[in-house]
Amino acid sequence: MADPFLIGAGMTGGYGGADILHDCTLAVEKGEIAVIVGPNGAGKSTAMKAVFGMLKLRQGHVLLDGEDITALSPQARVHKGMGFVPQTHNIFGSMTVAENLEMGAFIRRDDFRDTMAQVYDLFPILKDKRNQPAGELSGGQRQQVAVGRALMTQPKVLMLDEPTAGVSPIVMDELFDRIIEVARTGISILMVEQNARQALEIADKGYVLVQGANRFTDTGKALMADPEVRRTFLGG
Amino acid sequence: MMDFLNAIVALLNFVVIPGAAYGAQLALGALGVTLVYGILRFSNFAHGDTMAFGTAATILVTWLMTSLGISFGPLPTALLALPFGIAITALLVLGTDRVVYRFYRRVKAAPVVLVMVSMGVMFVMNGITRFVIGVDEINFADGARFVIGAREFRQMTGLDEGLAIRSTQVITLVVAVIAVALLFWFLNRTRTGKSMRAFSDNEDLALLSGINPERVVAVTWIIVAALATTAGVLYGLDKSFKAFTYFQLLLPIFASAVVGGLGNPLGAIAGGFVIAFSEVTVTYAWKKVATYVLPESLAPEGLLQLMGTDYKFAVSFAILVIVLLFKPTGIFKGKSI
Repeated sequence: MADPFLIGAGMTGGYGGADILHDCTLAVEKGEIAVIVGPNGAGKSTAMKAVFGMLKLRQGHVLLDGEDITALSPQARVHKGMGFVPQTHNIFGSMTVAENLEMGAFIRRDDFRDTMAQVYDLFPILKDKRNQPAGELSGGQRQQVAVGRALMTQPKVLMLDEPTAGVSPIVMDELFDRIIEVARTGISILMVEQNARQALEIADKGYVLVQGANRFTDTGKALMADPEVRRTFLGG
Repeated sequence: MMDFLNAIVALLNFVVIPGAAYGAQLALGALGVTLVYGILRFSNFAHGDTMAFGTAATILVTWLMTSLGISFGPLPTALLALPFGIAITALLVLGTDRVVYRFYRRVKAAPVVLVMVSMGVMFVMNGITRFVIGVDEINFADGARFVIGAREFRQMTGLDEGLAIRSTQVITLVVAVIAVALLFWFLNRTRTGKSMRAFSDNEDLALLSGINPERVVAVTWIIVAALATTAGVLYGLDKSFKAFTYFQLLLPIFASAVVGGLGNPLGAIAGGFVIAFSEVTVTYAWKKVATYVLPESLAPEGLLQLMGTDYKFAVSFAILVIVLLFKPTGIFKGKSI
């Protein structure tokens, strides 16, 4: 089998002190959704940041479409076609929704109005609120702004760090629906999720991390069916 | 009725017009402070001396122009020299950033360290300015002195009170309006301006969006140099230039920026006028206005001056302390210090 579209293989490293990740491997295929779940402090977000180049790896490497990008800065990875939505502080609160999207497209010198229209199609509420400061929107709407901002570069991979943190269950379902829609357009999605059950339901691939290492890796469905995963991580 | 009109004219003449001109000068100064705070994330104590340097540079160019026989008709020659003064000041602050501030950005120094660094820069700029142009008071306003003179106004209206509008006051307001309009157009409508706001709002996300921080910083310094020089030249035209006075302006300017909300450009403008009018109303002797308005039996005996003009800095200081105690984010919700 060919290499996955994006793979962080055998990643070991941390924020300077002790290692947080131990030989951790994450991968996502084109147009698929990969979900990272696990208990608190398992290093889920850290693993994702490692894939995006936000911490130094002592070992392992990251490949995007076959190209080794291990040494690239996060900014350089954005240019390579990776989009990242941080868990918090992921919008420009004092700027309008439209300006947030514009800033998302900052690296593009071509006409990005089409992309903006696509984002508005995906999140119609943003079109209604486009002239409102993003900081005044509800939690779910802000997450939509955050995802929309990252989509403005027309990334090939979209990385989401807990996109549903702090939103209501109804909004969460809607966000997941949108994320599936994004994946259908051919964008690979790698996301960390606290709501493991719902996330695994939409996942093509699931990674269960424990203490910075892979514990279980399988399709989302298989993980949901695995009695041990259910018992330990999904609450029965 | 006449008395009432006289009172209004006296009020306009001694409080409203000078206050508005001074407020506009403070607002331009505070805009520079607030931009540095919003984007470089420190309080720039060298701002007063940047104003002094910019004004000195403009004065030198003005002298050069007058010696070459260039003048601006009824307007002060300094306005023609202003763009050159701005360019020289921009070079100085960009050089300072390259030599001093950039190092501290690289090592991610705490804001308080940068404040101390800016004090060092302040002393150096202070010295450069004095070395170049001296410590004396310099009047460099030429062109027409008055738009309306007090005597003309009395003859025109038949009122006892005269209303004098100096051309520098009108110039101050007009130039300030143009500068502020340009600034807001730049910040809200251009790609670079928006990237500056984005950088100020959320630095990490701005980096993730591919915004180049060094470019944002450089553009900020150029704008700050333009605002500081403009504010300094307007103040100097309206009053006079003296290096030490500009250093002292630091306090009302910071008070303006803090009152309005640090990091918020609209707040800086509002703050400038709040401080200016507080200073002018507290130090103005209200006797004249009161005599016109009140019935004779209530005519005041004293000057009705709350505070001598020598103490005018106490006003900004008091307002600064009150705001920091009760509403540290200022009127327009800036960042708290």
